[in-house]
Amino acid sequence: MKTIRASIIGFGAVGQGVAEVLLQKDEYLKNIGLDIKVVAIADSKGAAIDPDGVDLSKVLSKKRANGKDKGTVGSEKYTGLEIITTIDHELVIETTPTDIDTGGVGLANMRAAFEHGRDVVTSNKGPLALKYRELAGIASENGSNFKFEATVGGAMPIINLIREVLAGNDIISIEGILNGTCNYILTRMMEEQASYEQMLAESQELGIAETDPAYDVEGIDAACKLVILANSIFGMDATYKDIDVTGITKITPESLMLAQNDGYVVKLIGEVRKDLIRVGPRLVPVGHPLAVGGTLNVASIQTDLAGTVTITGKGAGSIETASAIISDVIAIYR
Amino acid sequence: MRVSMDIELKDIPGQLLLALNPISELKGNLVSVVHHHEKRTPRGTIPVQLVLEIDPDKLDAIISRFERSGVSVVRAGEERFLEHGAVIMIGHIIHTDIQDTIDNIDRTGFAEVVDLSLSMPSIDMPSSALLKIDAIGKPEMNDAILLLKAVADKKDILVIEPIDTELM
Repeated sequence: MKTIRASIIGFGAVGQGVAEVLLQKDEYLKNIGLDIKVVAIADSKGAAIDPDGVDLSKVLSKKRANGKDKGTVGSEKYTGLEIITTIDHELVIETTPTDIDTGGVGLANMRAAFEHGRDVVTSNKGPLALKYRELAGIASENGSNFKFEATVGGAMPIINLIREVLAGNDIISIEGILNGTCNYILTRMMEEQASYEQMLAESQELGIAETDPAYDVEGIDAACKLVILANSIFGMDATYKDIDVTGITKITPESLMLAQNDGYVVKLIGEVRKDLIRVGPRLVPVGHPLAVGGTLNVASIQTDLAGTVTITGKGAGSIETASAIISDVIAIYR
Repeated sequence: MRVSMDIELKDIPGQLLLALNPISELKGNLVSVVHHHEKRTPRGTIPVQLVLEIDPDKLDAIISRFERSGVSVVRAGEERFLEHGAVIMIGHIIHTDIQDTIDNIDRTGFAEVVDLSLSMPSIDMPSSALLKIDAIGKPEMNDAILLLKAVADKKDILVIEPIDTELM
């Protein structure tokens, strides 16, 4: 049995999902020889710390006590950064919210983790979309593992699929739907012949879109994911500011009908290849593998040996994203 | 009749003029010239695609004039638009001079707008259109769509083009 001491930095939907999955999969993990012991959890208000392992179910109920996300994980006055720099452990699970302008606390957390020789598994896109090369550099200088499957496509496996399962292939291009919110809005506009504004309101009611939807509907989220793919798969040194991005806010229901009459659906497609990165609405033939509906994500990977491989899956959700994080953790320590 | 021709030129100065002179002398109208300098053939020649309007009786004369002056004609035939494409446009399509938008494509000689379906929900609301374009081939279709996007961009019209479905 290998004992891995881990911290969970950031305890919103994804961090809590990780805790739930660790509880649920405890036996599974022990069966494959892994004892993941969470020694510290931090949210923006405080921390729970226990070198013998934090009681995850207790922390989860404490966090959820005063309604969703109103509570805090614990009373210790430690920040995430202090935990990373002062508490002895091997693995930092970084799930703080994405800050796309500066990289936010996530960037500082990841830098500190690597400087202390810790491994990092993250779902936080911001630092990777801004500073991928720097982070990958510090990780490798310090002999740390750096895995981030959860940053692109949620549960849908793409980075590890390409790096491991498709190893030996040259990747020619990747294109797909990398934002479930936009996919939902476009799918519903077509089904209901309704305006963008109406379907945005519906998806906000259902919790699919944020109160401030700009990050999703302007294509920024999809662009960040594309940058992560461009840098980690194509070896580019791009930031999301380099990308040609068009969102979905100008799409009219009439245009969707015209497209449908001609055998197309409209999807927000991200596309990356050697000399091009762009995000924008595109016509996709009905019945094409990329023409998936609802909140699904999808990606087609064009390779030299395997031809085109297309994957689809849930791009968001707390447990789904935790799935990608757990698989990264297992990949490192198994 | 509109004819397209693939010819090959030696990589020395003055060759293009040598190829183009017989066309005007025989009262042909040159529609487009695409000079593929980057795609040198194994024979060391430069491939050039011509599209021209010419009296059908004079086509053979042009070909023999070409060959006499050392320009090899790889293919010549009546123009067929083999590639069919569609794009969606969203914006103030009519009031930004739709004639001009379409003319930009038609003037290329290698692509033309063949159909337009338009939906105008109400005054002041953006219109939506499905534009069908025919082109000589795939690269010409891509060029035509790029051109359309550039024109539309100036008119604040969003162009939604198809994904590239011709993946390996």
